[in-house]
Amino acid sequence: MSQPIGLLIRRELAVVIKSRSEFIYPLAFFVIVTSLFPLAVTPDPVQLAFIAPGVIWVAALLSILMSFNGFYQQDYDEGGLEQLLISGVSGTNIVLSKSIANWIVTGLPLILIAPVLGVLFNMNPTANLVTMLSLLIGIPSLCLIGSIGMCLTLGLRNGGVLLTLLVLPLFIPVLIFGASAVQAASTGLNFSGQLAILLALLIFSLLLAPFAGAAAIKVSIE
Amino acid sequence: MWTWFFQLASPRWFYQTANRLLAWLRPLTLVLFLVGLYLGLLFSPADYQQGNTVRIMYVHVPAAYLSMFAYVVMAVSGAIGIIWRMKMAHMVSVSCAPVGAIFTLLALLTGGIWGKPTWGTYWEWDARMTSELILLFLYLGYMALHSAFDDKKTADRAAAILAIVGIVNIPIIHFSVEWWNTLHQGATLSKFEKPSIDADMLKALLTMILAFQLYFFVALLQRIKAEILEREKLSGWVQKLVSD
Repeated sequence: MSQPIGLLIRRELAVVIKSRSEFIYPLAFFVIVTSLFPLAVTPDPVQLAFIAPGVIWVAALLSILMSFNGFYQQDYDEGGLEQLLISGVSGTNIVLSKSIANWIVTGLPLILIAPVLGVLFNMNPTANLVTMLSLLIGIPSLCLIGSIGMCLTLGLRNGGVLLTLLVLPLFIPVLIFGASAVQAASTGLNFSGQLAILLALLIFSLLLAPFAGAAAIKVSIE
Repeated sequence: MWTWFFQLASPRWFYQTANRLLAWLRPLTLVLFLVGLYLGLLFSPADYQQGNTVRIMYVHVPAAYLSMFAYVVMAVSGAIGIIWRMKMAHMVSVSCAPVGAIFTLLALLTGGIWGKPTWGTYWEWDARMTSELILLFLYLGYMALHSAFDDKKTADRAAAILAIVGIVNIPIIHFSVEWWNTLHQGATLSKFEKPSIDADMLKALLTMILAFQLYFFVALLQRIKAEILEREKLSGWVQKLVSD
């Protein structure tokens, strides 16, 4: 059980490393989208610090949404996904390994760049730290939940827009607690409750999402 | 003992039974609506604070209830369709979506119309309203996904998976929205507190809920019938039915 997952994750990472530039896109998207907000809303530091948690979280959520295509669609188009299933790898393991790889490749860079953006948005150090923490716990849930929607839209011609429609409502709980943890930290309140709920959401999606994703892959491959 | 279950799986049997049920349900629904509207609009008293605007409740509450009821029916029949590979269950699930979406929209619209005179605003990011809005998104996603596939069988199964994922998520979404809202409490408006309801109002409300419930079944059966005809158009009995 554990051996194939390790192998699968290494396979995903190898694929990503070969296609160098692609995993930069979500990161670039994240930075550009967040830096649009001061231009559109206001450059006033006090107000920026106020909207920062929401802006950073929404931008992170959208860039994660962008990353699914690279992990699933190409694999599906080139037949790699089918080969994995034929060779006896279970759908749950595929979804799990892809989600973990997605978290490493897309999630970690976002988490590392987030405090830089936090400084640009005039956030205090605690809030910055909590941003990183909440993204660290929240992004894997997003990867898992999003994989269900991605697997459902694999065979479709313009699945991209549809994916947004399917997945964004399901992202809402993670967004709420992620952003509110940062908000609480930036106003000096206790934020451990929100982080605990984020963790609970992660455990919940870790338990259920791979099965739903596997069922969805089966529907798409047939 | 299981014969009824297998019969349910037969579109032809379902179609005929739906016809028989509809013959009763249609007039019953009409009567209940008339009685409910009479009770609601004329018989029941106006609210001591809200005046006559309270009568929006007789449409709003049933619509909101049915928007959730329809989702449950949709998800459960979708699950039945996946587990027992029953095409009839998928047809029920697919037919539920537009009906449920319309009820959701109706609940949102009447809520807005009700909100303006009582709260002074059409829209408040209140926990219940927000989760109702998200419910509408879930319905739209379901319908969009189902219509995106060319093959009906694949569409059925994909949409059913989405419905099941959605129903697992609905309580989470609801509670997180509620929690998020209480965090932001201290805003201008407090949530509308339901007064312990007057007996006449309750009578009217219950009648309307029952009328809406029956109307839901009428609309659902009607849609299922159309779905059956559409999907079974090549089978002998449908062609005979249409040519007669």
